[in-house]
Amino acid sequence: MSLFSLLGAVEIGLIFALVALGVYISFRLLRFPDLTVDGSFPLGGAVCAVLIVAGVNPWLASLAAAAAGAVAGLITGWLNVRLKIMDLLASILMMIALYSINLRIMGGPNVPLITEPTIFTQLQPENMADYVLRPLVLLVIVVLAKLALDWFFATERGLAIRATGSNARMARAQGIHTGAMVLLGMAISNGLVGLAGAMFVQTQGGADISMGIGTIVIGLAAVIVGESILPSRRIVWATLAVVVGAIVYRFFIAAALNSDFIGLKAQDLNLVTAVLVTIALVIPQLKRKLAARR
Amino acid sequence: MRFTSLWAPMGAVALAVAALAPAQAAETKSVAVTAIVEHPALDSVRDGVQAALKAAGFEAGKNLKWQYQSAQGNTGTAAQIARKFIGDKPDAIVAIATPSAQAVVAATKSVPVVFSAVTDPVAAKLVASWEASGTNVTGVSDVLALDKQMELVRQVVPQAKRVGMVYNPGEANSVVVVKELQKLLPTLGMTLVEAAAPRTVDVSSAARSLVGKVDVIYTNTDNNVVSAYEALVKVGQDAKVPLVASDTDSVKRGAIAALGINYRDLGEQTGRMVVRILKGEQPGAIKPEVSTKVELFVNPGAAEKQGVKLSDALVKSAAQVIQ
Repeated sequence: MSLFSLLGAVEIGLIFALVALGVYISFRLLRFPDLTVDGSFPLGGAVCAVLIVAGVNPWLASLAAAAAGAVAGLITGWLNVRLKIMDLLASILMMIALYSINLRIMGGPNVPLITEPTIFTQLQPENMADYVLRPLVLLVIVVLAKLALDWFFATERGLAIRATGSNARMARAQGIHTGAMVLLGMAISNGLVGLAGAMFVQTQGGADISMGIGTIVIGLAAVIVGESILPSRRIVWATLAVVVGAIVYRFFIAAALNSDFIGLKAQDLNLVTAVLVTIALVIPQLKRKLAARR
Repeated sequence: MRFTSLWAPMGAVALAVAALAPAQAAETKSVAVTAIVEHPALDSVRDGVQAALKAAGFEAGKNLKWQYQSAQGNTGTAAQIARKFIGDKPDAIVAIATPSAQAVVAATKSVPVVFSAVTDPVAAKLVASWEASGTNVTGVSDVLALDKQMELVRQVVPQAKRVGMVYNPGEANSVVVVKELQKLLPTLGMTLVEAAAPRTVDVSSAARSLVGKVDVIYTNTDNNVVSAYEALVKVGQDAKVPLVASDTDSVKRGAIAALGINYRDLGEQTGRMVVRILKGEQPGAIKPEVSTKVELFVNPGAAEKQGVKLSDALVKSAAQVIQ
């Protein structure tokens, strides 16, 4: 594997680490099966791309993308909490609605950014290769996001969100406004996903309507891979595990892309990735079984 | 270099052969091909590229390192394939379809990139214009001359006034065609009636929504529509709405006629461009090209089922008549 493809895997892994952090909040902390992600990822990308093309500062455009994602999450939460639509269905409704909304925002299925300024081109120093800079910038952003989440989920409000997820009835008995906590948690979750979409379009040459397909699968896989590598109930470790999981998942794909030497073909890529992830999930169990037997 | 000791005797041979087969390469070249998804047309492009390379003396496994990766529809994977290819530093990367081409072009300013089957490379910002780009990018577009397409529509249904079109609003190539047709059709005294099919399963209902509102349904090479063309054929036969397609494969599946790009030829055209780069030309000095070959396929049986009769002249001018 070349350095370029290695750093490429890290770069894309870090972008999906933001998605994975969002998915961790909805699926794990809130226990809300949220498929909005498949729509809020391209939503963030669309908003960011359109704003950059319109001449807005890329940093501002990225923040706006996060805000747009947060609004999408808020609406999913609202459909569930206020209109009493089942959580999974509420998120599916939002996901399909976002497909049309994203087309409206982009004014077409594709907004190229190849020649536009991005946060990465703005930071680009003369003496550093762009493929080194991008993962570094993303690393800083992901670490900041992780630390912010660690801090927030230890505050009273953050703890209230976690309590809502683990036992809503008990949380209500403690005087927690659980409906508001679901809305807040969903907004944070999808805000992170929107930000990931903004990072993705700025590194990949533009927004495309098809970029959301399978985002939730990658996010969930990253969460679960991370949890099996670093099992912990503490938030600080759990968020780290999620970030590591997202990057490791990308390494699996990189490995699968290099698997042609054992007679595998391009069309086997998804299968190879699935098998590698399965192995990663089973090994910790096997270890535990072996340890128990001894 | 293993071949160093062979250089002297080979030099003489090479000189002799040069006049007949100028493409004989002594060293191994590498070409990496990626497509956004597996799809009969896109696969034909890939095979065409490989055939053109072989015809020029670059044979996979001998003096050509050939690799192919499909992103299987996932843009994240497309980005990662782009990174892997650029890291491998091949002599040329062939990127098939818009998202794959954008992912590669965004990630390298040095490795030569040849795009293919991109309808509008200028709108996709792959190149600044249709002139030689001066960058590391060039390629072949699959844009169709729409005036010729509408001429065919009129030959199939001479009294057509309202042209229906089923397409995926999420596909860049299709949106380009819709916008062009909205401008072109009024000048021909016709109007466009659109029906959106965001997913493959929507093709049937989108086509049915056009029944009674249109005289003919024209479709471009929209991936959703082509994937579900049988659904369109069923509506066309049940409601006697004539179907005109843009890819010749669809004629075999029940369209009345299509003036289409042969994607295999498009691939070979792309491959010949790759050969020029392998032989040392700069991609930035090569003008982006459009497909030069279109061929007419007709299906008189389908015409009858959809309530029209094709003129003998049209059938005679076809490259292939499907019975």
